Amino acid sequence: MSDIAIKAENISKAYQLGEFSTGTLSHDLERVWAKIRGKEDPFLKIGETNDRTKKSESNIVWSLKDINFEIKQGDAVGIIGRNGAGKSTLLKILSKVTSPTTGRLTGRGRIASLLEVGTGFHPELTGRENIYLNGAILGMRKAEIKRQFDQIVDFSGVERYIDTPVKRYSSGMYVRLAFAVAAHLESEILIVDEVLAVGDAEFQKKCLGKMGEVSKGEGRTVLFVSHNMAAISTLCNEGLLMKNGEVVDYGKCEFIIDKYISTDTSNVGLLLENDIKLSRSNDNLRFKKIALIGKNGPSTSFGINEDIVLELEYAVVNYATMVVPTIHLLNKYGDCLLASFNADSANLGKDVFFGLRQDVGTYVVSCIIPRFFLNDAQFSINAFLSPDISFTNMTEAREVIGFEVNETGEMRKEYNNTWIGQVRPRLAWETKKLS
Amino acid sequence: MANEPNNLWVIEPTSSLFDLKIKESIDYRDLLWLLVRRDFVSFYKQTILGPVWFFIQPIFTVFIYVVIFGSVAGISTDGLPKPLFYLAGVITWNYFSDCLVKTSSVFRDNSTIFGKVYFPRLIMPLSIIFSNLIRFAVQLLLFLVLMGYYFIKGDQFHVTSYLLLFPFLIVLMALLGLGLGMIISALTTKYRDLAFLVTFGVPLLMYTTTVVFPFSSVGGKYKLLVELNPMTTIIEHFRYAFLGNGSISWGALAYTTLITIFTLLIGVVVFNKVEKDFVDTV
Repeated sequence: MSDIAIKAENISKAYQLGEFSTGTLSHDLERVWAKIRGKEDPFLKIGETNDRTKKSESNIVWSLKDINFEIKQGDAVGIIGRNGAGKSTLLKILSKVTSPTTGRLTGRGRIASLLEVGTGFHPELTGRENIYLNGAILGMRKAEIKRQFDQIVDFSGVERYIDTPVKRYSSGMYVRLAFAVAAHLESEILIVDEVLAVGDAEFQKKCLGKMGEVSKGEGRTVLFVSHNMAAISTLCNEGLLMKNGEVVDYGKCEFIIDKYISTDTSNVGLLLENDIKLSRSNDNLRFKKIALIGKNGPSTSFGINEDIVLELEYAVVNYATMVVPTIHLLNKYGDCLLASFNADSANLGKDVFFGLRQDVGTYVVSCIIPRFFLNDAQFSINAFLSPDISFTNMTEAREVIGFEVNETGEMRKEYNNTWIGQVRPRLAWETKKLS
Repeated sequence: MANEPNNLWVIEPTSSLFDLKIKESIDYRDLLWLLVRRDFVSFYKQTILGPVWFFIQPIFTVFIYVVIFGSVAGISTDGLPKPLFYLAGVITWNYFSDCLVKTSSVFRDNSTIFGKVYFPRLIMPLSIIFSNLIRFAVQLLLFLVLMGYYFIKGDQFHVTSYLLLFPFLIVLMALLGLGLGMIISALTTKYRDLAFLVTFGVPLLMYTTTVVFPFSSVGGKYKLLVELNPMTTIIEHFRYAFLGNGSISWGALAYTTLITIFTLLIGVVVFNKVEKDFVDTV
């Protein structure tokens, strides 16, 4: 394993749910008793998936289950997954904060982990004293810190306050100082958990720059957890996708991000008649199915590089009528970004049913929300079926289906920070020299 | 360390019970000193009197003991000046009980740090032992000053050759406090019941040592109880070393040493057992 930095074999981690009180003592005693007799732990049954929405009879939950992977030296690995996929638990085990319930991790090289910035900062101590203390907690020797002291202060940009107790710092200064210490750790393996979510845009850029330097320039192995796909796509070359405590896939970063966006969602992106809640109804027009379809089928999570097809399946129930399918696209605050309906002059394509009476029967109409149009955010859809263009007496399903558009890194080659706005179309830019 | 590309590591669910990770702890010795410094410096930050506060607490305690036990209750001090007699007991008992109480809550007090960063957990209790040692040294200074005062006044006491045992007594106290503290800390990570016992139990335990009364005044069935408390031996030997008055015996010293070693061993084992994943339950 000459070029392998970290190897995980069957790592599992169980947690006990609920409160610890007299009730749990009896369970503990049972477990001890089983152990003494050399029997299996009666409460630890490997096999159950960590689905936290479902109730289970056991009060043990498997936060990680049979994790296996090999990380090569010098790789920058982005660990991706929804909240509760087990990312942080994995990092905790890697940084030895807690131990795995089963399995084995091997590797080579000193590990420095950054699960939080400013761990062990003492409010009463000055910035200078805290640099030494925090550095030592993170595993640096005093001589190492001394050597890098000026660089740390310089990076943090709080030179003037360095002999002031950190409790007088603004929260931004505090975080900058803390990150500065961590950024100067000299270790072969660096583990970072979502710490870039702190500080202002300028400082975040500085942090990302430093992280890039560490992973690319210095050839160190970096494990990086973040929900910021823009940051992951620029920093990492490999990705590890986790779901419900299991590793779904490991491979090239772009591929993994893609997979995460299109498949890793709890909602299927497809609603059948009974699930569609109507706020008003026209008895003659009935929704049969509402679906959002991306390149991998129905989903509620898409990449910005993905066409989203909205399909409305409906039935004309009693008598032939004209049908005007209509949608509103709302942002997460419920503001309407746009309205669109099937009319000839509002249609990018051509619809043969436009303006015709439709006989009794079922139909499906689709509408494409194009790629590179929406910004990375959450949206929802109001869907309507109107018997005519006056938009009265409609069948209405408000905020019937929600979806999110995610960063994929395509438009992030140059800029890494927050991209404001509701939409993010590619516009044509051109400079001409005038004089 | 950073220059050894071949430093392999393994993380596994279980590790050896007696593996104290001494080598690792030595690598972190800078952290130990920085933590001791932190405790010392942060103690008197934003105070006017600064380190003088280290004196105030024993002075007041001794004052109250002199009034209540010395004057009101009229308990003998074996012919020694009352403040000297009490101070000798108070500073030794304080050192032991501070080590014990602080170590016993080390997992809970530091759970935020422990939950985010790994370093050999033993560093924390060790830093407590050393921080308190500084406090003890400062208070010892007060004791020496008081000795000088009574010496000039012409009171009857004398330093004995048992002073040579003094470093050993300190080590005993530190390790006894550390061992007991580690046991309690390990037992309170999941169920905290024992922590309540510590808060009122330790001050009560003081009355089974000879802090406020001389050993010679203890009689009858309580004598055994006082004798069984290993701190009694330490306080008695301390008094004898500095003041020439106290009940000393090599047997008692051997008993205390054995108890200390035994406690420490158990402490190490249970501490090692819980340190790996106490963050899940604390």
